[in-house]
Amino acid sequence: MLQIRRELVEEIVAHARRDHPDEACGVIAGPEGSDTPERFIPMLNAARSPTFYEFDSGDLLRLYREMDAKDEVPVVIYHSHTATDAYPSRTDVSYASEPDAHYVLVSTKDRDRHQFRSYRIVDAVITEEPVEIVE
Amino acid sequence: MAVKVSIPTILRTHTGGEKSVDAAGKTVLEVIDDVESRHAGLKARLVKEEKLHRFINVYVNDEDVRFSGGLEAEVKDGDTLTILPAVAGGAR
Repeated sequence: MLQIRRELVEEIVAHARRDHPDEACGVIAGPEGSDTPERFIPMLNAARSPTFYEFDSGDLLRLYREMDAKDEVPVVIYHSHTATDAYPSRTDVSYASEPDAHYVLVSTKDRDRHQFRSYRIVDAVITEEPVEIVE
Repeated sequence: MAVKVSIPTILRTHTGGEKSVDAAGKTVLEVIDDVESRHAGLKARLVKEEKLHRFINVYVNDEDVRFSGGLEAEVKDGDTLTILPAVAGGAR
């Protein structure tokens, strides 16, 4: 299960809407071992593509160094799909390499209604999990 | 053993859970081979057909080695090698 504060959900959705039609991406860091998303970190999609995202390699290093210095881990790794549903693609699965992370997918394919779903992706197996939004 | 190698979570199964291991070598490849000699299985996750795997970023200090020779990038005493899987994906 992913437990996440409403304002963090809103920040992710706002980021996805802002970058549409390109895919948006980012991380929510939290204290190591807590499984609690706390710090919203939107990232540049270096691919700037409507169908692919990638963190710039320099940004990635800075992000992980910063999290390490604060004893944080990437609790949530999020990105958006802009023309398809919020479900992990084969590409998403092949790149997923944080076994403890909650992979959040947002879909902005409908202008009036977004999709927000969360998954664990471990050893190439996708398991959807419920999202509990806390105030 | 003058090079520090930082291991990402997903590869720590090969290092008994260690986040960081010491190694020696004058190039990225030598360092990887040195780590492999004590932690079997790690190299296969990093190197494919004699090149660094596309989905893996390796840095010597602050520099991504894809810009400085890949596996042949130079490593010096006191350097830190950081391994980070790319964070990427998408609908396509």
